[in-house]
Amino acid sequence: MPAPVFVGLDIGSSRTKVAVIDADRQVLGHAVRKSGTDFSATASACLDESLEMAGARRDGIVNAISTGYGRANVAFVTAQSKTEIGCLSRWGRDRFHEAITIIDIGGQDNKVIKLDGDGRRASFKMNRKCAAGTGAFLEEMSLRLDIPLEAMDALARQSLEMVKLGSYCTVFSATEVLENIRHGKKVPDIVKGLFYSVVKRVLEMDSHAGRVVMTGGVVAHNPYIVEMAGEMVGRPVILPEFPQLAGAVGAALYALDETDPTGIRNDIPAGETDG
Amino acid sequence: MAEEKKTTRKKIQAADTMNRIMADYFYGLNEAATTGKRKVAWCTSVGPAELLQAMGFAVHFPENHAAMLGATRMSTDLIPEANAIGYSPDICSYLTADIGAYLKGITPLAKAYPGIQSVPKPDVLVYNTNQCRDVQDWMAWYSKKFGVPSIGVTSPKNVNDVTDAHIDDVTRQIEALIPTLEGISGVKLDMDRLRETVSLSRECTELWKKVLETAIASPAPLTFFDGTIHMGPAVVLRGTREAIDYYKVLLAELEQRIRDGVGAVDGETSRIYWEGMPVWGRLRQHSELFAGLGSAVLASTYCSSWIFPSFSGVDPIRSMAKAYLELFIVRSDRYKETYIKEMLGKFRIDGIIYHDAKTCPYNSNSRYGLPGRVEAETGVPSLVISGDLNDLRCVSDEQTKTNIEAFIEQIAEGR
Repeated sequence: MPAPVFVGLDIGSSRTKVAVIDADRQVLGHAVRKSGTDFSATASACLDESLEMAGARRDGIVNAISTGYGRANVAFVTAQSKTEIGCLSRWGRDRFHEAITIIDIGGQDNKVIKLDGDGRRASFKMNRKCAAGTGAFLEEMSLRLDIPLEAMDALARQSLEMVKLGSYCTVFSATEVLENIRHGKKVPDIVKGLFYSVVKRVLEMDSHAGRVVMTGGVVAHNPYIVEMAGEMVGRPVILPEFPQLAGAVGAALYALDETDPTGIRNDIPAGETDG
Repeated sequence: MAEEKKTTRKKIQAADTMNRIMADYFYGLNEAATTGKRKVAWCTSVGPAELLQAMGFAVHFPENHAAMLGATRMSTDLIPEANAIGYSPDICSYLTADIGAYLKGITPLAKAYPGIQSVPKPDVLVYNTNQCRDVQDWMAWYSKKFGVPSIGVTSPKNVNDVTDAHIDDVTRQIEALIPTLEGISGVKLDMDRLRETVSLSRECTELWKKVLETAIASPAPLTFFDGTIHMGPAVVLRGTREAIDYYKVLLAELEQRIRDGVGAVDGETSRIYWEGMPVWGRLRQHSELFAGLGSAVLASTYCSSWIFPSFSGVDPIRSMAKAYLELFIVRSDRYKETYIKEMLGKFRIDGIIYHDAKTCPYNSNSRYGLPGRVEAETGVPSLVISGDLNDLRCVSDEQTKTNIEAFIEQIAEGR
């Protein structure tokens, strides 16, 4: 008999994330790829990669749940899909046994989700139809500045005199960036300004009760954003292990819930994955 | 595959009757305009339609026409026509869609009602700014275009308690319209006819209220989405016997549904209040989205805005003034909060959705902290969705879907 596993597939606008967990809610395998145009094929490739990492097989999958923008496009998932807001909440409820605010920065949207002390979702907000503060904003700016996305974090950390960008709008921000280049501002200072803009946009979406946890691909690759958010919130902001996988892990936890009628198990110490 | 659940709307049988009386109305308007047998007045949706009806005008409602442009998804292609002549994409998309349609020479009436080629040419334009200032600008454009007068009521706004001073003001303004209207129609106002018209309007809106309140039942026999369609006669045929007869038929059908335990949404698991304008071009999608989630959007401020308990045949003009002032959209946030809280209780609501319509600040009550205050007092969770009534360029279907699905999940998990 293959080892039983539970799978969460988060098909996002930019990246597809898959997490494989066991019945004890431990992450055994995971994978991240660009979503591309064939969501089902990408999810399938991610699944195989994460199963291999987990030492598991497809016939060992007890249950799988999909989430994210492409959640209805995964041909091999038979169970009902969940929203990414639901999955992030499910993940947060599992990892933190206290009131928290989850701030997720994704490819094309941001979410601020509040869980109460019992892990119940108290409220959530998504960004309006605007790329401000999303991964798409940083992608656009990396193109404009001709800087690889993966180089931005290190560059921002070198800044000595951050440039402040005032606009909401990605296009207007790009104009501001060009203006600063024209005025001889240093690239690290501009990149830190871009990070500051992202943090400002997401923090101003809502108030921040309890501990603040940041998730999503943008903070996974740019942890300096989390440090900057902590400075602005006035207390440390948590960057968990596998921040980009939080939604996929939440989906996998739902897959486990649907199998285990007792639902959430509280026999594993809280906060074990806090970064 | 994780199939997206498709759920069709449960048809209300009375819709056929409504379609017939609405067709009669539009053909009547067309006849008035093309034969000159009756003078045509264009009027804002809330009033003072009763005065115009009583004076024998055939009454066209540009807002109704604009909603048709939205529901037929013609509006998004027409709005840029108005934008191009200086009417901003940020102002009322009813206005821009309607003017855009005129500029392009098209109307959904032509497709729905063979033989009608255009909106009826007006002899006079009459507005009431109780809803917004945009209606005045809207009429002003047509006034210049057709060379006919635009007259109206400039209403107090942000009213907490409707006082005698407010009512005196609007009464005088309505009375001041009469000489101009008499000059155009060629007949003196018959006060007995106005009393009868206002009494009929009152009866119509009382029946409409009863129709909407059938949704107190669980499962609710009708939804907000049904309401946006079936309120047609309450908007355009107030003051007529046809509207009253129609709502009696509709009410009987809904009451039968209640007796039979038939809900508009199969397996109703959550009850939602809709605050704000509908997204006209997405009525069916939104209806099916909620129904697929077992969620009934069963009460709204919008559909309830055509209930006028103060109409009275005893003192018709003053009662019209009072009724137009008591409207939700005219009122202060303090009043609005009280109203919404009462509605949440009356309809046993599990969650409230505020539609923040990009081009309609007057019908978007999520911008001054109201959702948070209502939620704090009632404990009923709320969601704000971004969109628009007519401009689908301001609508993100995927974001709307994710928000609504997550909200219904939250309600289910909170139980």
